[in-house]
Amino acid sequence: MSHSNLKSQDPSSSRLIISMAIAGLFSGLIIIGIYLATFNTIKANKARELKEAVFRVLPNVTQMSQLRLEDGRVVAYSGDPDENTLYAGFDNRGHFIGYALTGSGAGFQDTIKMLYGYQPDKERIVGMRVLDSRETPGLGDKIYKDSEFVSNFDALSVYPTIKVVKKGNKTKNSEVDAITGATISSKAVVRIINLANKKWLSNLPANPPEAPEPEKANRADKKQSKTEAY
Amino acid sequence: MAEKMSGYDEMLKGLWRENPVFVQVLGMCPMLAVTNSAVNAVVMGVATFFVLVSSSFLVSSFRGVIPKQVRISIYVVIIATFVTVADYTLLALVPAIHKELGAFIPLIVANCIILGRQEAFASKNSVKFAVFDAIGSAGGFMFALLALGSVREILGEGKIFGIPLFGDNFEPWIIMILPPGGFITLGLILLFFNWVTARRAARNQLQAQPVTSSRGSHIQ
Amino acid sequence: MSEQDPRLLLQPAPLLQQGMTTPQAMKDVWIALAPATLFGIWHFGISSLLVIITTIIGAMITEWAFTPPEKRGHVMGDWSGALTGLLLALTLPPGLPLWMAFLGGAVSTGLGKVMWGGLGNNIFNPALVGRAFLLATFPIVMTTWHGSVDSFFTIHPSNLAMPLMQSATDAVSQATPLGLLKFQQSATATGSLLLGTTTGSLGETSALLLLLGGIFLILRRDIDWRIPVAIFITAALFSAIINSFDAVKYPSPLFTLFSGGMMLGALFMAPDPVTSPLTPRGAIIFGVGIGLLVVLIRVWGGLPEGVMYAILLMNAATPLIDRATQPRVFGRGRPRE
Repeated sequence: MSHSNLKSQDPSSSRLIISMAIAGLFSGLIIIGIYLATFNTIKANKARELKEAVFRVLPNVTQMSQLRLEDGRVVAYSGDPDENTLYAGFDNRGHFIGYALTGSGAGFQDTIKMLYGYQPDKERIVGMRVLDSRETPGLGDKIYKDSEFVSNFDALSVYPTIKVVKKGNKTKNSEVDAITGATISSKAVVRIINLANKKWLSNLPANPPEAPEPEKANRADKKQSKTEAY
Repeated sequence: MAEKMSGYDEMLKGLWRENPVFVQVLGMCPMLAVTNSAVNAVVMGVATFFVLVSSSFLVSSFRGVIPKQVRISIYVVIIATFVTVADYTLLALVPAIHKELGAFIPLIVANCIILGRQEAFASKNSVKFAVFDAIGSAGGFMFALLALGSVREILGEGKIFGIPLFGDNFEPWIIMILPPGGFITLGLILLFFNWVTARRAARNQLQAQPVTSSRGSHIQ
Repeated sequence: MSEQDPRLLLQPAPLLQQGMTTPQAMKDVWIALAPATLFGIWHFGISSLLVIITTIIGAMITEWAFTPPEKRGHVMGDWSGALTGLLLALTLPPGLPLWMAFLGGAVSTGLGKVMWGGLGNNIFNPALVGRAFLLATFPIVMTTWHGSVDSFFTIHPSNLAMPLMQSATDAVSQATPLGLLKFQQSATATGSLLLGTTTGSLGETSALLLLLGGIFLILRRDIDWRIPVAIFITAALFSAIINSFDAVKYPSPLFTLFSGGMMLGALFMAPDPVTSPLTPRGAIIFGVGIGLLVVLIRVWGGLPEGVMYAILLMNAATPLIDRATQPRVFGRGRPRE
């Protein structure tokens, strides 16, 4: 059918519907195709990102297992992570190092989501990583860009509670130096951790969880080195 | 030869003379939202480029069979499909940047430059010209994104594509990576473009030549 | 193309020559600001003089560059660009790197004035536009305050930072009276606030001298007395009310009036005839709005100081206030929309 014909006569409704249907069909096929083609990569990316975060907040950890808090008990879990999911980290000989716990709460602009490493035997936090936040670029985003601030959480006692102090005034193990110019974001991070601690700490089991199987660990090892090379 | 020349002309028109951002002032939403760094700008530009060129190609190829009454719906379906493809591809390839661009990748579908080119050009011209035109417009959009993104990243963080330019003591202009910085930078670039256009128009008038129409020119 | 001079002067009555001209009004403001400025220079040392000069240069160069050559003599002649620079400088910390001061001056005339079409067309107070830009751009440097200096000729090393760079030495910030109240709940004595021997922006500390300048402007009828009076009364009343709930945490009325940029803002920036309402009723609404906003921002906002944002917000409301308070024509009903 030529262009001029289209203008002169109105096509029937069925033709319009068929055109739309064909366009929709092809579009659907393409979308399903790209979804299937990228599905595994996207899933792997997410898993890798999580693993990287867990390894970052727990020093010397090379293996991890996913757990979940259910009715006040920590059990093994293999589903999709949610807000009750936690992770146990182990070194390469399978010794338990600590837990990676999640916390989230209001920041200066939007919800801040974070992961932090906790060693139950020493009752201290050994690392913190912000997973998701929309804090002000240049100021509030220092909660993850400023290594000085992040290093506050490398050996931080959680008892009685963590407190924010003005930069340079840190005297106790449970105090955090605030970021100059981003006091609200600094306080938000600490508040979120304190709240999360309330939820987690009393429910953590007295005995360390069991290490995952060694072959899994090897795979995790490879994944990590690949990540770093990437 | 003449045909080839005009093909290039269609492309150059979008890049400079009828630049979708600087002259037509279209696509402002992604323009202001994702240009806080040069990398984000480039990724956004590439995604838009892909969507625009592929859509123009398809729309022009099927321009004879798409019924006029439902053409906009079909264009939107075509555009949305390519946007979804771009969205998943970016999520798989560059997850970190995809996260920063956030909702603005799906929102490419609402970028008026794309639907505008389909309705105004691709649906009426041969595939070759449609693709040239799309490359020009998308290239012009990408150029604008990159210009804005570079200025904002250089002043806002002292870096370009993440490479530090000024050493450790650089004092970042925080406003530049915040939304107001986008407005201020875009405003200054538009000011510059209008100044150039006005100067050129004045010179053309002096030479008593007919001035080719361009929406940005300020000839009274 | 370029505007041509009118061949025939057409304008509505009254055709009488008015006594007040723009250059005359500007001269009055210069005189009124002189005591507080000189005190600031004496108090904060030669650094503050450098900041003032740089800001004025930045403002004037920008105005000159963006004015068509044929209008330059006229536009530059009223010294309003330089005044914008001075007003901006008075709101800056004395240790500010000079390149930032220059940038601030350029932005205040560029984005605050020239862009709108020059003096008389701007919606926002140009000096405050410059300050808002600087505060959003360099939030930490803009809130690093230096106290009084030992010797007049001390230049803060941070003043001399290279363009685009931060100063190599870390400046020790001293808290302003507002910061002390907000973050450490300690109030500064009213006496030192009046005299201006506190920490703060280089021209805002001496409440007394600013008040004198303001009274001079009111007597000369350069500004509408209703605006500062409405601001002072509202802010004082509001802070008296909240102060009665918690006298330690919330500011007393006197503290509210004499601390921070209150005097400078209320007397020299809010009543700017270009950006404030024209009608008497409008002027009062405008002043009440600023007074309320200042206390609101100071007490419940994230920043210790709120005068700048209060004035800018009410500047934005000015066209609306003007419209709403237009006196109706005698003998006719309310104007219909």
